[in-house]
Amino acid sequence: MSGHGSYFVAAVLIIPAVSAALLALLPDDRTTARLNVLATFATFACAATLFVERPASGRYLIVDDLNVVFIVLSTFVGFTTSVFSGSYIAHELETGRLTPTYLRFYHAMYQTLMFGMNLALLSNNVGLMWVAIELATLTTVLMVGIYRTPAALEAAWKYFLLGSVGIALALFGTILVYLAAHATLGEGLDAMAWSALVENAAAFDPALLNLSFVFLLLGYGTKVGLVPLHAWLPDAHAEGPTPISAVLSGLLLNVALFAVLRFKTIMSANPAALAPGPLMVSLGLLSVVFASLMLYRRQDIKRMFAYSSIEHMGIITFAFGMGGPLANFAGLLHMALHSLTKSAIFFCVGHIAQVKRTQRMAEIRGLTVSHPALGWSLGLGVVAIAGLPPMGLFMTEFLIVTTTFSRAPVLAIILGLALLVALGALLLRLNGLAFGDPDGRSEPSKASFLPVGLHLALVLAAGVWLPPALVSWFQYVASLLN
Amino acid sequence: MDQIALDVAHLFAGGLVLVSFMLLYQDRMSGLVNTFALHAMVVSLSVAWQAYIQEAPHLYITASIALLVKAIVIPMALHRIIVGLGIHRTIEPVVGIGQTMLAGIGLVALAIMVMLPITAEAGTLAREDLAFALSVVLLGLLMMISRRNAVSQVIGFMSIENGLILAATGAKGMPLVVEISVAFSILVALIVIGVFLFRIRERFETVDIHELHEHRGEQP
Repeated sequence: MSGHGSYFVAAVLIIPAVSAALLALLPDDRTTARLNVLATFATFACAATLFVERPASGRYLIVDDLNVVFIVLSTFVGFTTSVFSGSYIAHELETGRLTPTYLRFYHAMYQTLMFGMNLALLSNNVGLMWVAIELATLTTVLMVGIYRTPAALEAAWKYFLLGSVGIALALFGTILVYLAAHATLGEGLDAMAWSALVENAAAFDPALLNLSFVFLLLGYGTKVGLVPLHAWLPDAHAEGPTPISAVLSGLLLNVALFAVLRFKTIMSANPAALAPGPLMVSLGLLSVVFASLMLYRRQDIKRMFAYSSIEHMGIITFAFGMGGPLANFAGLLHMALHSLTKSAIFFCVGHIAQVKRTQRMAEIRGLTVSHPALGWSLGLGVVAIAGLPPMGLFMTEFLIVTTTFSRAPVLAIILGLALLVALGALLLRLNGLAFGDPDGRSEPSKASFLPVGLHLALVLAAGVWLPPALVSWFQYVASLLN
Repeated sequence: MDQIALDVAHLFAGGLVLVSFMLLYQDRMSGLVNTFALHAMVVSLSVAWQAYIQEAPHLYITASIALLVKAIVIPMALHRIIVGLGIHRTIEPVVGIGQTMLAGIGLVALAIMVMLPITAEAGTLAREDLAFALSVVLLGLLMMISRRNAVSQVIGFMSIENGLILAATGAKGMPLVVEISVAFSILVALIVIGVFLFRIRERFETVDIHELHEHRGEQP
């Protein structure tokens, strides 16, 4: 193991932390938006090198085959979102919805959020991971309430209450994991380190592990947005700034799911403990069915895509709960593609809400006529998220349904029906949004299409042709989850 | 470990559950805040005692943070907020005090029935402490859902936090307890009190969560 890798790991954490402090101090809004992009790009570049050179795992930080996928995805979407955020925020300043003081705060919080998420993904310690996820949650609470309208404050308050209850349950679960481990591993840091926990999980007390997993699944599951713990998610997505909706859906939900996956690995390593699969399958399936039905009655465009995020997190949780090489592979790929697609959709939605000055879907019509680029990108994004070919999400959903069909046909039928229901709702809404005669107010858009195009191109490429090297890499990571 | 040390530890943990019940039946804001200060004081005594019997000096840091921040600074700030906002009036619970207390007793019974059989191997100290800690957490959750007022919900959340600190210190030799308690106390306390209450106050002249619901765009 060479020394360079550890420098890059440190950089992935230090760059966001330092730029958060810098951005809080710098007054000028032009440079800060650029600095934000620069910092996220540097973080992404450092994270990408971890594929090539991996440092030895330390007492606090670890880079293994599972989290490197999450880190690279997370820093990449963090980078593209900051590009989108630049053009979005410039418009918000012009219209006076945000003042320069709040902008400083916004950028500092954005980098703090990146720091929290990277730390959560890299940590080799269950306690440290918990602190990092709490930090990420609290920064997003502040960002959701940044417009200070009554609706934004209510959303932030609801998110704060439900999120902190989830976080509290997760801490209780973490303490129980430590108690289960310390009989075997002794007192001290080892009994909270991932690497040690997974290796020795077979010797832990199964009853304590079972109880801890229930708390952890409910706690981190609240952050994933699993039904019935999802109530904060639509409000938080709808009322905050759109770049934050993109980061929430694309990244923070994944980070929470990553925590659940880590603990699932510990559970699976202990033969006497409860099988975690059925619990995750039922919560996941419940989320998919509930969210797909809820998609029909939405009037607010961001709220609708928030429900679609609940649906997709349900699909991913379901896939990981089913387990097995194929379902894990599909779940992992689905998670990556969902992050890319959903953030691309939110980029479009952010610009649409700005040019139309409304988020109500009834007042948005004929986008392909009035704003062809925006309208068609949204259309492509919705086609992808609805799971239609040739986009990548079609392939992963197909894999999940077929592998379920061979093992539990009843579940596959329920899942398939729910996916069709969601498809119907999304296409119905898309028809109203994108086609017909444009009406209502509309301003020319000054959107940056680079992030949207990049994300959708990647999703399309994944659906048409996945490089064999990438497939074998994902298969290898999926096999680790068993 | 000698018997007296264990008994004192259990006395403090049991006392914390008792104060959690006292939080449930407070019907005035200032009484609620004072009871919360007592809650924080009991948790800080309990942590200090754990530090003494486990010979873990770093836990004294957690104990003094609990004492300084949660038993003195936050209650003082809350009192100022209450006076500033003019909300000493009676708290409006969602359900009656009687039902809440009954539900609380049920939750404590549940916590003990869940924890005691499972933790048989975990050692006497951790065992009862965990059962008490889970009771405090559940009672805090109950308080959060049975009150409408933003200040009481914050207090409910902070009492959950006290329960978690009790659990973390009861787990002998757990690393990062100090860091976790610092992260928890400072972030939550500052953010909640400093930002939220003042913002809510600015817009509605009230901190009753129910008035917020009227502004929602759409029923979920």
